[in-house]
Amino acid sequence: MNKQHYNFAYLDEQTKRMIRRAILKGIAVPGYQVPFASREMPMPYGWGTGGVQVTAAVLGRDDVLKVIDQGSDDTTNAVAIRGFFKKTAGVETTTQTREATVIQTRHRIPEEPLKAHQILVYQVPIPEPLRFLEPRETETRKMHALSEYGLMHVKLYEDITRHGHIATTYAYPVQVDGHYVMDPSPTPKFDNPKMQRMAALQLFGAGREKRIYAIPPHTEVVSLDFDDHPFSIQQWDRPCELCGARDSYLDEIVLDDKGKRMFACSDTDHCERRQSAQGEARHG
Amino acid sequence: MYVAVKGGEKAIAEAHRLLAEDRRGDPDVAEIGTDQIASQLTLAVDRAMAEGSLYDRGLAALAIKQARGDLIEAIFLLRAYRTTLPRFGYSAPLETQDMLLRRRVSAVFKDLPGGQILGPTFDYTHRLLDFDLESPGEMPDAESFDADVVHGTVPRITDLINNEDGMIEPDVRSDPEVEPDDLTREPLAFPADRSLRLQALARGDEGFLLALGYSTQRGYARTHPFAGEIRFGMVEVEFFVEELGFAVTLGRVSVTECQMVTQFRGTPTQPAQFTRGYGLVFGQSERKSMSMALVDRALRRAEFDEDLVASAQDEEFVLSHCDNIQATGFIEHLKLPHYVDFQAELELLRKIRRGQDERNAAQEAAE
Repeated sequence: MNKQHYNFAYLDEQTKRMIRRAILKGIAVPGYQVPFASREMPMPYGWGTGGVQVTAAVLGRDDVLKVIDQGSDDTTNAVAIRGFFKKTAGVETTTQTREATVIQTRHRIPEEPLKAHQILVYQVPIPEPLRFLEPRETETRKMHALSEYGLMHVKLYEDITRHGHIATTYAYPVQVDGHYVMDPSPTPKFDNPKMQRMAALQLFGAGREKRIYAIPPHTEVVSLDFDDHPFSIQQWDRPCELCGARDSYLDEIVLDDKGKRMFACSDTDHCERRQSAQGEARHG
Repeated sequence: MYVAVKGGEKAIAEAHRLLAEDRRGDPDVAEIGTDQIASQLTLAVDRAMAEGSLYDRGLAALAIKQARGDLIEAIFLLRAYRTTLPRFGYSAPLETQDMLLRRRVSAVFKDLPGGQILGPTFDYTHRLLDFDLESPGEMPDAESFDADVVHGTVPRITDLINNEDGMIEPDVRSDPEVEPDDLTREPLAFPADRSLRLQALARGDEGFLLALGYSTQRGYARTHPFAGEIRFGMVEVEFFVEELGFAVTLGRVSVTECQMVTQFRGTPTQPAQFTRGYGLVFGQSERKSMSMALVDRALRRAEFDEDLVASAQDEEFVLSHCDNIQATGFIEHLKLPHYVDFQAELELLRKIRRGQDERNAAQEAAE
């Protein structure tokens, strides 16, 4: 790509300003979906165009960028997006959570608690948590304005009557700052508690649906539940086979066609850091 | 495994190399030139320009070559390029009655001022494979090409019928003081006005609009349409320059315009008259412009107090799903890894199964 033909981080400054305005509005009204004039990006809709636009708008020359998909830096789409910013912005990139200032993610929140100087950018496919209950935008906007979330509670209640527990495992709805019910993007509900009072700024970009929303640092983020059916997260009855972690989200890896499985951390940086710490402890 | 533990970068580069190889095809066969695509695959170029919302035959030809003939991929390339271009304003409304006509047909009058001009059309051809085209042949007679271009103003069918006491609803002239909304610069909000709807349909997927238009003909929100007029040719694009105080011509674009005339019984407050659906598409595409006109008319149901009974009338449904770049992106994103969420669902399924087994066991024990 010829650098003279494209602005820093691809988008022109006018567009970035428009996106930043939407971000600021989103921060001012936590959990509210701000419409923005999403651009056609050189990658397909549904592949992170919203996240990429948000990242492009907040990225500065001194930022250090990390991109993960499914918790891993090496999944195809994470590699492609990291390469995109390396090419168009020339910023430093990293796979280490603690070194990054901007982290773009799809489907996971890093295991390591994020800090105040960091920004977490989520890629969002369907920003509207009520969409599958009410397909019309004109209706859902009204429901949000009136905080009318009975439909969602009925859905969760029906889960309980049918299965004995809430049968939503990812994109588990949260209520932000006591008002807006928000889709946390398709992260597993395991990650929901990390959003609560997170020190880092959380930004959400949905390119195809043209929405941006935000959770400012230290904001109250509560997963919807009932008093007698409190929210709970996924648990495994075994540790990560690579690093021994008992408190991280595990991927199930199929090893053969005879039912042999391996469980390992989905957050590859977390797993690698733990492994190398153990290696040092053993050798030290 | 496409989620390489390490080495994703290398695998991607290798995949792109294979793609380039397949694009080139058999090296013993001459490489296709973008000039050949631009001048011989003109209708493919037209479609790429129309749905790519970018009028540039050269770039469209390049996109088609790069996309290996996959038109939606070519449209995507054009859209991604288009979005980087600065927008310096909007043109004056096209004056399609001044079109340099190559084709103009009306299905509602036997003859009409300006005449019926068949022009370059597949209509009335017998769809028999022409095996002569397998090998380079003689040039068709060049003389006839320019002869069928009609210069001068040819009134549009809707202007002609309108002389007869408002038998058809009149043209709506947009207010020149009000800047039109731009679908590509502002997020679409519902309800959308007609100009926004037409913008969305003009760049909407031909196949999607074709199916929706077809559905209205088969009774899903039937509008009793007549092809009032279809015209294809070149029109001048004029731009009003503030500093000069007058409009200057920027160039010419080829467009197909379709005016569907549809029935309307009238209401106690409105006289009975024909209503209209409108289609306008870059290049020559009668299929697309006709489909667009049918869907435009169906979407105007609120203006005419028509019941919402079918998808083609449903603004949110049509406008949210007519864009093939959005649609293909979201459908194809299912190829991306989803194993974290799949894992969550797998665990849930196991949990539900365990619950069922326990209940069954308890029931058996009780019996």
